Amino acid sequence: MQKNTLNSKRNLIGWVFIIPAFLLIVMMYFYPMIKALILSFYSGVGANFKFVGISNYIHMFKDKVFMQALKNTFLYLIVQVPIMLMVALILATLLNDKTLKLKGLYRTAIFLPCATSLVSYAIIFRSIFAVDGIINLVLIKVGILETGYNFLAHPISARIVIIIALLWRWTGYNMVFFLAGLQGIDPAVYEAAKIDGASSIQSFFKVTVPLLKPTLILTAIISINGTLQLFDESVNLTYGGPANSTITMTHYIYDVSFKYVPNFGYAAAMAYLILVIVAILSFIQLKVGDKRE
Amino acid sequence: MKSKILTSFLAISLSLSLVACGGGSNNTDSSGTSTDASKSITKVEEGSEQNSDGEENSLTVWCWDPAFNIYSMDEAAKVYQQENPDFELNVIENSWDDIQTKLATAAVSGDLSTLPDIVLLNDNAIQKYVTTYPDLFESLENSGIDFANFGDSKCAYSVIDNNHYAVPFDNGAVIACYRTDILAEAGYTIEDFTDITWDEFIEKGKVVLEKTGKPMFSTQAGASDIILMMLQSAGASMFDENGNPNMVNNSVLYEVMENYESLVTNGILLEMSSWDQYIGSFTNSNVCSVINGCWIMASIQTAEDQSGKWAITNMPRLNNAENASNYSNNGGSSWAVLSSCKNKDLAYDFLGKTFAGSVEFYETILPKSGALATYLPAKDSDVYAQPHEFFSGESVFAKITEFAGKVPSNNTGVYYYEARDAIATAVTNVISGSDIDTELKAAEETVRFSMGQ
Repeated sequence: MQKNTLNSKRNLIGWVFIIPAFLLIVMMYFYPMIKALILSFYSGVGANFKFVGISNYIHMFKDKVFMQALKNTFLYLIVQVPIMLMVALILATLLNDKTLKLKGLYRTAIFLPCATSLVSYAIIFRSIFAVDGIINLVLIKVGILETGYNFLAHPISARIVIIIALLWRWTGYNMVFFLAGLQGIDPAVYEAAKIDGASSIQSFFKVTVPLLKPTLILTAIISINGTLQLFDESVNLTYGGPANSTITMTHYIYDVSFKYVPNFGYAAAMAYLILVIVAILSFIQLKVGDKRE
Repeated sequence: MKSKILTSFLAISLSLSLVACGGGSNNTDSSGTSTDASKSITKVEEGSEQNSDGEENSLTVWCWDPAFNIYSMDEAAKVYQQENPDFELNVIENSWDDIQTKLATAAVSGDLSTLPDIVLLNDNAIQKYVTTYPDLFESLENSGIDFANFGDSKCAYSVIDNNHYAVPFDNGAVIACYRTDILAEAGYTIEDFTDITWDEFIEKGKVVLEKTGKPMFSTQAGASDIILMMLQSAGASMFDENGNPNMVNNSVLYEVMENYESLVTNGILLEMSSWDQYIGSFTNSNVCSVINGCWIMASIQTAEDQSGKWAITNMPRLNNAENASNYSNNGGSSWAVLSSCKNKDLAYDFLGKTFAGSVEFYETILPKSGALATYLPAKDSDVYAQPHEFFSGESVFAKITEFAGKVPSNNTGVYYYEARDAIATAVTNVISGSDIDTELKAAEETVRFSMGQ
């Protein structure tokens, strides 16, 4: 009996601790989310909304620009996320080596891009890849190109530039997660693998990767979430061009809300589609990754 | 047990302090809009004694360029203060992008208290905002401002249903600036590029390219400025009179696209990937002319070593279009009064006595900011006739004001930005090899789709 009251008291205290944060989250996140969901069933120019049911959701699949944006975003997702996670994992493994000197320096150098503002790094990449930028200068000096190539004026090269920029910006960020994960792996496991005659590549794939699975899933979900909401790079690096070939979904949502004749209902519906995609992808990953039962 | 009590006490006090924080932030919020509160007080005062100046003799303005429109606004306040010493003007710097998001947010939420009294609007956006948010802006029909003193093509941007909604400010008349030293290398003078057609321009451009290795001019890739300048120079638009997109059977637009394609494929027009590179292309002498709204002069003059080497003339005209002229417009802005303004009579009086009524005011701001007036009486002022050393000692301001008077008026339409982007996409695809008819059809479909047609 006494134990019960103690437990309920304990629970009560737990709740008291949680409630402030809970209230803030409800006010700042859930309330706007629900409002946006309701808004997504309305349509109209400016502030004259009328209820249109799911027609916004049907409309977006006929919207060529949005479909292009969806394709672009998925292209970034499929190409960039696996490369980034792979590189981050390899870098983390290398930097986790106990015999490596100047470890702190390398770690800082690789993590540093993360500390730059999204807008400024996008603008810097734009000038690096400009017709008279440093990349073209080097390519001309080396003799690969004769005149400067306008990377940002061609669909394929513009997309590649965005992917390179994303890799530069986010690899270090993911590496830190992997480094933290690696610290948690008992060195004895590697020792055992070594004694059994495993090469370093074998121990990477057979020991490191499986043991880092929770971290891998975490970083994959964060990366997918981030890529689907990609905005700054499209807006500042390529302006979505040439001919919408690099525009992302959130960039288009911004245009619909603020640049074009505003239709906030339609913009909210598109934002909800992103939410649904993120939810589905994260769910699949959790299911695939979680093989405990 | 004691510690339990202590923890729960701590927890409660912590949560209370959080709540207090929440309350605190609310408080700062309301103090942030305290100007609003004070305004509503004035409203009460106004109600009781209409004519008294009251304590509230101030206006808030949003605009974006410290060297240009903010400077002009400050000078206007000084002019107005001579008559009205208690007048206070509060100019807040807001980028055009920020102004757009703030206007939209305030209009949709219905809470206009965050907005200023007067806002500077890009001419191309006025139709969109006034039509989309009819309650946001005040019609200036009964403001006592005489719009006959402004050019018709400029006023056309801000007239909706025969109501004026903004006081025109700066001029976006298109000028063509040429580097006379580079032209001389190719054996040309500025006269050879005055009153010419695009065909002639391309022919001469080829010669210049061959002899000097420099393209004639540059633009930002993926922007449709050049296209729209050409279009307006023949009085044509992307929309018909009813505001429906008019692209597929628009012979002028077709000719413009052909022209643009031929300019790029002949290497006469250089496409730069960003605005700063565009500026760099002429300040670094990589091209020998600039065709843009006259506000580009400020950027040209940043290359001080090129002083005296530039000359200004009109832009080339279309070869076949019926109403082809050598004059067009790109950019420009106007002052709109918001309906949330608590002191409308003051706002009207202020604008009416400065931007729409004072030649001296325009004389003051011209030399420093280069803000060319759309206020026609200012044109005859001596200041406008003064020679400009950078541009070969010509009286360029008088010249440009003259250009401005000849600009054909065109219909921007509410869906201007949609159409502009669709045309930019079309032109990019045409340059990469697609054909004009297909692309114009796709562009029109995109715009119609956005309009829900």
